Amino acid sequence: MLSRVADSLFWLGRYTERAENYARFIDVNFNLSLDLPPGIKEQWEPLVSATGDKNHFNELFNTNYSRENAIFFLAFDRRNSNAIISTVRYARENARIVRENIPRETWEVLNDLYYYVEEACKKKIWKKEDPKDCFKKIKSQLQLLNGIAIDNVPRTQGWHFSKLGQYLERADKTSRILDVKYHFLLPSVDDVGSPLDFLHWIALLKSVSGFNAYRRMYGKIQPSSIVNYLVLNRYFPRSILFCLINVESCLHEISGSGPGYSNQAEKAIGNLRADIEFADVNDIFEIGLHEYLDELQQRLNSISDYIYDQYFKIQSNFTQEF
Amino acid sequence: MLFKKYPTQKHFDEMFDNEHNCRPSYSGFKKGLEKFSDKKLLQLQYSTDKAQKSMGMTFNVYHDSEGIEKILHLDLVPRIISNSEWHIIEQGLQQRIEAINLFINDIYHDQKVLKDKIVPAEMILSSSDFLEPCIGLDPPKGIWCHITGSDIVRDDNGQFYILEDNLRCPSGVSYLLENREIIKQAFPKLFASLGVRPVAEYPSMLLNMLQYMSPGENSTVAVLTPGIYNSAYFEHSYLAQQMGTELVTGQDLIVDNKKVYMQTTKGLERVDSIYRRIDDKFLDPLAFNPESMLGVPGLFEAYKAGNLALANAPGTGVADDKAVYAYIPRIIKYYLDQDPIIENVPTYICSEKDDLTYVLENIADLVVKETNAAGGYGMLIGPKATKAEHEKFKKLVKDNPRNYIAQPTLSLSTVPTLTDEGFAPRHVDLRPYVLYGETIEVVPGALTRVALVKDSLVVNSSQGGGSKDTWVLFD
Repeated sequence: MLSRVADSLFWLGRYTERAENYARFIDVNFNLSLDLPPGIKEQWEPLVSATGDKNHFNELFNTNYSRENAIFFLAFDRRNSNAIISTVRYARENARIVRENIPRETWEVLNDLYYYVEEACKKKIWKKEDPKDCFKKIKSQLQLLNGIAIDNVPRTQGWHFSKLGQYLERADKTSRILDVKYHFLLPSVDDVGSPLDFLHWIALLKSVSGFNAYRRMYGKIQPSSIVNYLVLNRYFPRSILFCLINVESCLHEISGSGPGYSNQAEKAIGNLRADIEFADVNDIFEIGLHEYLDELQQRLNSISDYIYDQYFKIQSNFTQEF
Repeated sequence: MLFKKYPTQKHFDEMFDNEHNCRPSYSGFKKGLEKFSDKKLLQLQYSTDKAQKSMGMTFNVYHDSEGIEKILHLDLVPRIISNSEWHIIEQGLQQRIEAINLFINDIYHDQKVLKDKIVPAEMILSSSDFLEPCIGLDPPKGIWCHITGSDIVRDDNGQFYILEDNLRCPSGVSYLLENREIIKQAFPKLFASLGVRPVAEYPSMLLNMLQYMSPGENSTVAVLTPGIYNSAYFEHSYLAQQMGTELVTGQDLIVDNKKVYMQTTKGLERVDSIYRRIDDKFLDPLAFNPESMLGVPGLFEAYKAGNLALANAPGTGVADDKAVYAYIPRIIKYYLDQDPIIENVPTYICSEKDDLTYVLENIADLVVKETNAAGGYGMLIGPKATKAEHEKFKKLVKDNPRNYIAQPTLSLSTVPTLTDEGFAPRHVDLRPYVLYGETIEVVPGALTRVALVKDSLVVNSSQGGGSKDTWVLFD
């Protein structure tokens, strides 16, 4: 497979996953705001903080975290390269580059989604009283893309590169959504364990579509169980461990290597996966959830860099000697 | 009902004769179409537009500051050609392409055609499309113009003429194929009942041709594109997909020891045959335009060494010049000793003295074309232009006669086209596609381009043209 094509497939996976997660974040936070007891203000700042684009937001909106500003920034602000409107556009550009390598339906759904988001932007959806449907639709279109891929794409290199991007991105986003809780402000220390605190945790589970499954497994809403579920669970498809196991196996499928590692990317992911696989919740709380997630995100970034060096970097044919 | 208000007119209409009788090639279609209500047809047209947009059958418009993606409007009513008429087109094109190929080969070898003064030597040798690095070169299998798409028109008497030979990576074949898919879905029953010759085998014909060209034992084929911002990118990726080959950009390729390789996730992989959609001069900065960032340094050396096939062969453009066009009937006679099966549109060559005088005196009645421009740019349609425009072009022609040719205004034939006022006649041309490999093949179909503006003769996509599906009947 051409290195440039592999690169585009990888980013196609990343950008669609990113867009889906942003649609989830917004949808859930919006729902949360509906459940709040009287007198408690809805909070959008934690969400923006968790995306890592807080400084950019402050520059643009002068720290005014109104719902309107936040939704605009996260979904429709072209100045934000992580906003849905940007990531959907990048995903479409990447799909266009590799059109001959993807199913026709994938392209068509993504292309339709692109026009849908552009249209929503023209209609100024973020000013609407209830913009929920728009984000639901975006989410379900992106889920459709995953469904099409599962039943249509041959499990050859291209598949593994786009899954690689998707799972790396998802690991990062699950860690960020968990981190939102860290940024949520409770009115006072006494509110830990209060109904409001519960509401936050439930919202968080819902944003990863994990509420029902979590309930069946643990019953009670407990921070340690939730962290266990979203970080260390081996079977939940949005947990960090699940994502890392898949990243690792994609890398081995691509290189064709067996146990151990055959390049830097495989070595780094193997280490990271093992660290998480053999951790328990207490290890996480000892370091501190926020600090733990922060380090994880950095390690994911370096894995991404190793993948680039190993597979995507191409030699400039202009610097060659003849 | 549908065609009741359809005017009879002085131009040749593909569907109705002068007495408003439906021509035989359209009778089955008309009967079927009359079962549709006006409303249903508008719905079908709407879903056709939508299908195109969602398939991303878009092109980027040059000279458009916003760089918008536009769809090429596809009209519902197909252009239908009877098998007997198609036979003429097919043979005419085979003859023409065979002669043109011999001509190009001669130009880069003995130049007999110039020595015998059939074509003025000065005209060829001064052309910017005459590539000196190609002199003495023998392309694989002796073929230069593998892929062509000549534009054909029909005058008021129903006579076919060749209007232009597009020998430089002509685009549009993806529209031919995709239009068929869309229109087939719009009229499934009707389509099935008429007996239309299929076009779907084009991609495999193209792949076979490219593999046949491959010089070595292996035959890894790639399509070379300038990238996603090229107006025809949709087509490049479409053809690569349909053939199952890689779509490469210049940066994916690297030349080592006069062999061409793709840079893949598993290292370098040899390429043997390239369908390039990059102009000659941008192919290789070492051999041609040193400024080119699109091309691949060393590609031409690999080609010269016989390690690579390029379709079309570099240098082919020398025969695709509106001035050379005027000589093609003589070129056919010279190489094949045959009369052309399809005639040229009469053409005045401004670099010839008598023709120049005629053009300057009759500019108001003529279409003046820049010899090197494509896409309907740099063109004057005399009868539709103002006095000031006539004067402007007279000066342009006088200052640089080599750059211009002129032709009488041709009234292109019309086909009923769905407009806001129901079906109305709109002018069309016809672009069939020819592949030259082991044999010369013409795909039984074509891109019919239609001028959507009433009375307009400009069918170019960049200037308000649309397209139609083209049905060649079995009988």
